[in-house]
Amino acid sequence: MKKGLKTQNGASDDGQLMLSMHRTMLRIRHFEETIRKLAASGAVPGLVHLCAGQEATNVGIIAALEERDFIASHHRGHGHCIAKGAPIEELMAEILGKASGLCGGRSGSMHVIDMDRRNLGTNGIVGGGIPLAAGAALAARSRGSDDVCVCFFGDGALNQGLLHECMNMAAIWKLAVVFVCENNGYGEFTAIDDVTAGPSMPGRGKVFGIPSVMIDGMDVQAVYDAARRAVAYARAGKGPSFIICNTWRFGGHHVGDKQEYKDDDITKAWLLRDPLLKSAKVLAATGVASAKAIAQMEIDAITEMMAAADAVRRAPEPAPQALLEHIYG
Amino acid sequence: MDESRTINFRDAVLEALFIEMRADSNVILIGEDVGAAGGVFKQTQGLFAEFGERRVIDTPISEPGAFGMAIGAAMSGMRPVFEVMFGDFMTLCMDQLVNQAAKVRYMSNGRVGVPLVLRTTMGTGANLGPQHSQGFYAWAAHTPGLKVVVPSNAADACGLMRAAILDDDPVLFFEDRLLYNSSCEIASDLPIVPIGSARTVRDGRDVTIIAIGRMVAFAQEAANRLAKDGVDVEIIDPRTILPFDAATVVTSVKKTHRAIVVDGAPLAYGVTGEIAATIMEQAFDWLDAPVMRLAAVNAPVPISRSLEPLVRPDAIRIENAVRAVIA
Repeated sequence: MKKGLKTQNGASDDGQLMLSMHRTMLRIRHFEETIRKLAASGAVPGLVHLCAGQEATNVGIIAALEERDFIASHHRGHGHCIAKGAPIEELMAEILGKASGLCGGRSGSMHVIDMDRRNLGTNGIVGGGIPLAAGAALAARSRGSDDVCVCFFGDGALNQGLLHECMNMAAIWKLAVVFVCENNGYGEFTAIDDVTAGPSMPGRGKVFGIPSVMIDGMDVQAVYDAARRAVAYARAGKGPSFIICNTWRFGGHHVGDKQEYKDDDITKAWLLRDPLLKSAKVLAATGVASAKAIAQMEIDAITEMMAAADAVRRAPEPAPQALLEHIYG
Repeated sequence: MDESRTINFRDAVLEALFIEMRADSNVILIGEDVGAAGGVFKQTQGLFAEFGERRVIDTPISEPGAFGMAIGAAMSGMRPVFEVMFGDFMTLCMDQLVNQAAKVRYMSNGRVGVPLVLRTTMGTGANLGPQHSQGFYAWAAHTPGLKVVVPSNAADACGLMRAAILDDDPVLFFEDRLLYNSSCEIASDLPIVPIGSARTVRDGRDVTIIAIGRMVAFAQEAANRLAKDGVDVEIIDPRTILPFDAATVVTSVKKTHRAIVVDGAPLAYGVTGEIAATIMEQAFDWLDAPVMRLAAVNAPVPISRSLEPLVRPDAIRIENAVRAVIA
């Protein structure tokens, strides 16, 4: 089941790459929709944070990486895991706390670690993954390797001190890190503008001498182009970059959040900018895929997720002895 | 004498670093002033010259970020030794220590570990005051997934540092600054001391003193004085707080029937309570007296030369405790 992203790092108008990115975005969208339904039915233990709406930032960035490159994710991280190649059924089983989950069902949505795919993990602490990513890049430097590490975080983490510490260190040591802020406008229930000082978000990277851009995070090709430049810069030993992807979470902070803090008109405007609509339009307009083929891709994604959900619902819970396993090596 | 030599605590840890850094290029040192400066306590001298800036990494004063980076480096194949200049500054690293380093192995279902050493200095007695004297090993030992080491002498410090670097889990290594110039004999091959094994410092039959870190030296001083009065003290140095070698302690208490636990960190919710409870759970029927605890008072460490010595146990207080417990 090799359904991971095609990551040959061609130009963003490469037809195969566009198709691959669209397919991965569809799989993320329907994975999240499946998780939402599972959560509503009570099958998901604890809190779950969905990334529907943010697929282009997940996919466009990771498409610019090679398999050997690292990522670190955050609490809204299912899309990153899927784009990095996590097996769907194991990821879904993990979110449901099942024994067959990627982490034995002990970690759940917010703490998926998938080192086989060089994914340092989703993270329950806002900003917690940032130094892990920078540390993987520091290790690469010590080893003399040119592996690149992408560090995903939300706009909420812009105000964590850790981010600024790590940007400073990444800059002084020219680490191969790409800092990616997925700015969906809200840290939990609080609008970014209410809690973030200064005239410019990219300015927060520029102050460390880090090339910093703000882009349309709903346009997977634009995201990919920015990522490709940043990854090449990092791989060449020139140091970190900072990409702010403006995006929108179509759901609430977590499943069950009524989102009363969001303005309906603004939400409608963002829904019209759905990254999947844009990508499908480009695929059709450029003749890369017919409308029928695009529709079939979506049916395939839905079918895949429904089959996974059926299997995972029936999967066994962890055995009691798993409680005390793997605390120490 | 060709099979052993004398070494002080500071050099013992430094030699352990040299040995393990020569043996494995994945061992790196990260911290403030650890590089060309050689450490503020001269505890990393010579490493930068031999291993260079890629393996001996001077950080800005950014403990949370730098420590988190050490964890990321450990997850991706390195074996970092991260230095926190004063143990008090560990508080800045607590999220990364507790929520990341300690849990990565569990959260990944055993697929990835964090082979990392956090070494830090601690201890009262140098008039460094409330923010430069604390030993937070009890905090650390409350977190499943961490290992916690508190050596009391140079030979153990060397052997335990070697073991800590070779360990596949995060190990916290607490060094009492006032031990840095204390010396002892060490076998010339600088042997590894396994984590989780206590040492019987002194054999005795009347009472067992379990002493942590620098408290071992005070216990020895007290034992020597008590010996003149015919009181025969056994001293156990746990060396490792977590995992704790309960078997050695319990065996000793079953022999002596009395126990005193001595620690230089605050009494409340500390190591002495945990050890006393362990003795009560596993050797209650052998006890001829309640387990006694001696630890630092529940107060910040004052800087005053007259107040600071009142904070922690010393040889006289230990001697008095023994006389009370055998009475």
